[in-house]
Amino acid sequence: MKEMEIQFQLNGCDVCVDVPSDTLLVDLLRDTLGLKGTKTGCREGECGACTVLLDDIPVNSCILPAFKVEGRSVTTIEGLTKDDGRLDPIQEAFIQEGAVQCGFCTPGMIMNAKALLGKDPHPEEGKIREAISGVQCRCTGYQKIVQAVKSAGQKMDSTR
Amino acid sequence: MSYAFKDFHWANDIRVNEYLLPKTTAEALEMLAEYKGQAQVVSGGTDVIPKLRKRELEVEALVDISRLPGMSDIKQKGDKIILGGLVTHARTVASLLIREKAGVLAEGAARVGSPQIRNMGTVAGNLASGHPAADTSMPLLALNASVTIASTEGERVVDLPQFFQGGNQTAADSRREIITQISFSALGKNQGCCYLRLSKRRALTIAILVLATVVDVDPDEKTIRDAAIAIGPVAPMPFRARDAEEILKGAPVSKEIVERAGDAAYKESTPESSVVWGSDEYKKEMVKVFVRRGLYKALKRAGCPVA
Ligand SMILES: Cc1cc2nc3c(=O)[nH]c(=O)nc-3n(C[C@H](O)[C@H](O)[C@H](O)COP(=O)(O)OP(=O)(O)OC[C@H]3O[C@@H](n4cnc5c(N)ncnc54)[C@H](O)[C@@H]3O)c2cc1C
Ligand code: FES
Ligand code: FES
Repeated sequence: MKEMEIQFQLNGCDVCVDVPSDTLLVDLLRDTLGLKGTKTGCREGECGACTVLLDDIPVNSCILPAFKVEGRSVTTIEGLTKDDGRLDPIQEAFIQEGAVQCGFCTPGMIMNAKALLGKDPHPEEGKIREAISGVQCRCTGYQKIVQAVKSAGQKMDSTR
Repeated sequence: MSYAFKDFHWANDIRVNEYLLPKTTAEALEMLAEYKGQAQVVSGGTDVIPKLRKRELEVEALVDISRLPGMSDIKQKGDKIILGGLVTHARTVASLLIREKAGVLAEGAARVGSPQIRNMGTVAGNLASGHPAADTSMPLLALNASVTIASTEGERVVDLPQFFQGGNQTAADSRREIITQISFSALGKNQGCCYLRLSKRRALTIAILVLATVVDVDPDEKTIRDAAIAIGPVAPMPFRARDAEEILKGAPVSKEIVERAGDAAYKESTPESSVVWGSDEYKKEMVKVFVRRGLYKALKRAGCPVA
């Protein structure tokens, strides 16, 4: 098995790590780098629990070869929390709206919501549903998640 | 991993000895040639990686083409639209050019998987997967697209009907060759198109049926000059309903002709029965319904609706 050194930005920090050829990003993040916020569910691109942002675009890290992130920037759920420990408005809205039950889908939901609100802080409900359509939640019935994304958008606006 | 889960595919990781990141197309082709069929092209990886994990595919090395230069653009040259071999579904959906001049492809690309899958997955990868239900294959087949395939021996251009070879096989051998671009004529005045998809859910499910149609009308005579009808998966590969198309060519725009085309497509299609995706008879009925529905919409968009 060949290894190669890759460099990339992870949650704003430069990372340099040796990676075997068959490593998938989700395992690099969770096992090698210890960031367990990103979840691994189906491991085949279906459930979205492993969603991270690659150059601000949501992707499934379970089917993403780690080598693909060389020279690029990756944001995980850990990267949303501010240095002083304050949560991102989206994270706060999820808590306030009761959009978290077991919490397994939450990081994936929030990363997709982050990408959406970054482009469009006042999305219509249809846009929100579309943006989270690649993440499956088996608990909440989605209603409160949609509500949380809506109110996060409004909140981000008022703090701007 | 506990013993009970040992044999599940998701408990196993992918197995590849080498992951290569070539900087030019020539270098990528050399790498593939050096591996003599033991290396495979990977682009977005949304098809290859799950297949490697399920051991439906086994290779020694992956050649990642996603950073090859000059293959990520969508351009218009004369009346041709050229889609680079690395263009993703997301880029395709967002492209104004595609939406305006090849709407059927934008509609198809918009229905692939999920946002995350569309951000990584490419149109060329969708074609190369050879899947008979691949969502962009039917639009491209209806647009009479052709693909440019590069190998160490040079380049060749293959028209889509010949590109698909059945059983997930295509004219592009992804262990040796690279699709560098896809090209097709821009739709213009008096042309209309429509994409329809039958599936159990809106997101994250392979289609039970996909229909893509393009019509070309004479608005003064109210006749159909030309029609293309692509359907999948109703045959081992993406399929053109030629009998139905023949009925439409030169015919007056009418309810009767649209219904006859639906009946012809019903007879031509040979879907397989599946416990999960529906019986062959159900799918054939739906082919009839979709061809009619698709033609009504395409004719309307072409400015020549059925009265
Ligand atoms: C959860 C999930 C849902 C999906 N849903 C859909 C769906 O709804 N509809 C649908 O049609 N597909 C779906 N797919 C399949 C897949 O995402 C698409 O086919 C996608 O377009 C593949 O593109 P890619 O760039 O990721 O291909 P890759 O996985 O990189 O490659 C696919 C195949 O094509 C070859 N290849 C790729 N690019 C080239 C090239 N330029 N030249 C030569 N060979 C090449 C590879 O060697 C491989 O054999 C889904 C996949 C997943 C995991
Ligand atoms: S673990 Fe990646 S999509 Fe399910
Ligand atoms: S909160 Fe449990 S899966 Fe969504």
